[in-house]
Amino acid sequence: MADLKKMKGELQSKIALREKSDKPEGRVQVKVAMATCGIASGAKEVMEYMVDEMDKRNIDAIVTQTGCMGYCYAEPTIEVNLPGHEPLVFGYVDIKKADEIIEKYIRNQELVEGIIPMNYQTIEKNK
Amino acid sequence: MNAQDLQDEVQVVTTGCFGFCEKGPIVKVIPDNTFYVSVEPGDAGEIIAEHAIKGRRVDRLLYVDPTNKQQIADSRGMGFYKKQIRIALRNCGLIDPENIDEYLAADGYEAMGRVFAEMSPEEAIQEMIDSGLRGRGGGGFPAGIKWQIASKVEADQKYVVCNADEGDPGAFMDRSILEGDPHSVLEAMVINGYCIGATKGLIYIRAEYPLAINRLKIAIGQARDYGLLGKDILGSGFDFDVEIRYGAGAFVCGEETALIHSMEGERGEPTFKPPFPAQSGYLGKPTNVNNVETFANVPVIFNKGAKWFAGIGTEKSKGTKVFALAGKINNVGLIEVPMGITLREVIFEIGGGIKDGKKFKAVQTGGPSGGCLTEKHLDTPIDFDNLLSAGSMMGSGGMIVMDEDDCMVAVAKFYLDFTVEESCGKCSPCRIGNKRLYELLDNITKGQADKEDLENMRNLCGVIRDSSLCGLGQTSPNPVLSTMDNFMDEYIAHVEEDRCPSGVCKDLIRYEIIPENCVGCTACARNCPVNCIAGERKQLHVIDQSLCIKCNACFEKCKFNAVAII
Repeated sequence: MADLKKMKGELQSKIALREKSDKPEGRVQVKVAMATCGIASGAKEVMEYMVDEMDKRNIDAIVTQTGCMGYCYAEPTIEVNLPGHEPLVFGYVDIKKADEIIEKYIRNQELVEGIIPMNYQTIEKNK
Repeated sequence: MNAQDLQDEVQVVTTGCFGFCEKGPIVKVIPDNTFYVSVEPGDAGEIIAEHAIKGRRVDRLLYVDPTNKQQIADSRGMGFYKKQIRIALRNCGLIDPENIDEYLAADGYEAMGRVFAEMSPEEAIQEMIDSGLRGRGGGGFPAGIKWQIASKVEADQKYVVCNADEGDPGAFMDRSILEGDPHSVLEAMVINGYCIGATKGLIYIRAEYPLAINRLKIAIGQARDYGLLGKDILGSGFDFDVEIRYGAGAFVCGEETALIHSMEGERGEPTFKPPFPAQSGYLGKPTNVNNVETFANVPVIFNKGAKWFAGIGTEKSKGTKVFALAGKINNVGLIEVPMGITLREVIFEIGGGIKDGKKFKAVQTGGPSGGCLTEKHLDTPIDFDNLLSAGSMMGSGGMIVMDEDDCMVAVAKFYLDFTVEESCGKCSPCRIGNKRLYELLDNITKGQADKEDLENMRNLCGVIRDSSLCGLGQTSPNPVLSTMDNFMDEYIAHVEEDRCPSGVCKDLIRYEIIPENCVGCTACARNCPVNCIAGERKQLHVIDQSLCIKCNACFEKCKFNAVAII
């Protein structure tokens, strides 16, 4: 149990570093919803595009996959976590949209169309 | 904004539905999260002048909490945000399902560690009973009691089985959990094993879910590497390992006895209960079977306590339920709501209302075992018992929304067709009864039935329900009975007037061209696959009824509302 707690502590701080850093040099994190619904709508291509383009455009970002966010009507969906900003979910993301998100939102913090408002509460808030 | 020369400082963006359509149109201003409701074009100027330029809130457009009449400015404090609570889906869409580290960082396996370190199996079972968690697979049997029964049976070997044979049409809750958060299910299975004294877990999953299977395999491998599955887990001296078993996609194998037989390599057919699986299950040993969503709730119950969990939901149905919203609804997707929420809130607020502004007719819950709920049920709080008394059931959580264009007889026929296809054939009421029931429905949709058939149908439903061996047959008449109870007028129109009020049943409708509306554009004639529409350019067109196959192509192509379904 103690081992587990220690492991959790280390991992949390690692992920906190990655996700919640308020420092401007903190990295951008992009999560692509890669469940059956997302992949069927083209999330895989978006994910590959994101990984390649971040590299090509020299943006220090981590692109990871995640499960279904529940917005199946708007697949593919991605969540973008900019350091110091609240996470934003974008819907109907195709390659064109992905390009727009990288150029406008990730580079310049300029909002783009297609944001899906978060409409649920997480269990942490109940503590 | 452009007129005020603010376009560089303020950005106007369209966004998706906020899930609060009742108070639309809605404008949200960030970064301060001010949330304006019922905004009319005339109000926009004031928002620009006051909020954007002077930084002052426009109080009269703020949302007023109906319970305490207070104005709420920050959207995060608003009640409707609390309509969804994600417990089973807590990690879906947040963590990388193929990386155990992310699950560990999100309190993963902490519940397991806590149970090992601080609780005896009896205490852990008591915690489960206190939480009030009921099985999410459909029946709603209290999970803690199920665990207790299995724990009390003496045996040299016991099993924990996860039922991932999700088969209701339009349901994908379990798939999403397994694809988004496989470790939560594994963790719960270990806890379950510790409680009842089982050292082996089996996940029965349909082979049609390749991605879920793949992610489960990765998760099992990672958990073994970390010592969270296998021998002497976390130094507790407790051994537990998990194996995956594939199902061939038979609906009846979601029934626990049929599922166990399928895993044993036998035909996937149910057997009479008792004995219950808890007494004699897989290979004749005591077996506890729970559904994916039930398991996904378990770690949270131990992390946050039974009391916390029991504080959510209604008196007899605790916690939340995941629903897969599908059909004629704007926001198709997965939602997780506390028990006791009303259908109106689910459909019109979270679901964003009916597609294309059509009129709501019914919602089908519980899949082929459930029934249709109508407008009069919209304000009934959703829980296991209320849905049963309304003539439907919770089921696994599929929710298919129907609008004015759906024919309820055809809907009942669709579900019966599914049941007939999926009946295993072991007992005659289900095998023969459902077939006959389907034929009666088919006759109605073809205008070949009379009023007496409706009476016969009702009797037949009663016989199938009372005499079938397992849940599949016992509940299969539900879609028929509930549509007969709520939409008898549609059945009557079919049998007495040979008319389908919704214009769905092909044998009872015909397509005709309305002379006043037809401009002779030839669109219908060009798109008719059987060339049964005659007429020259700019002349009235005519459909040859003897050749028409009622494919609906002319109706869809006509831009002048000149094709009518009669």
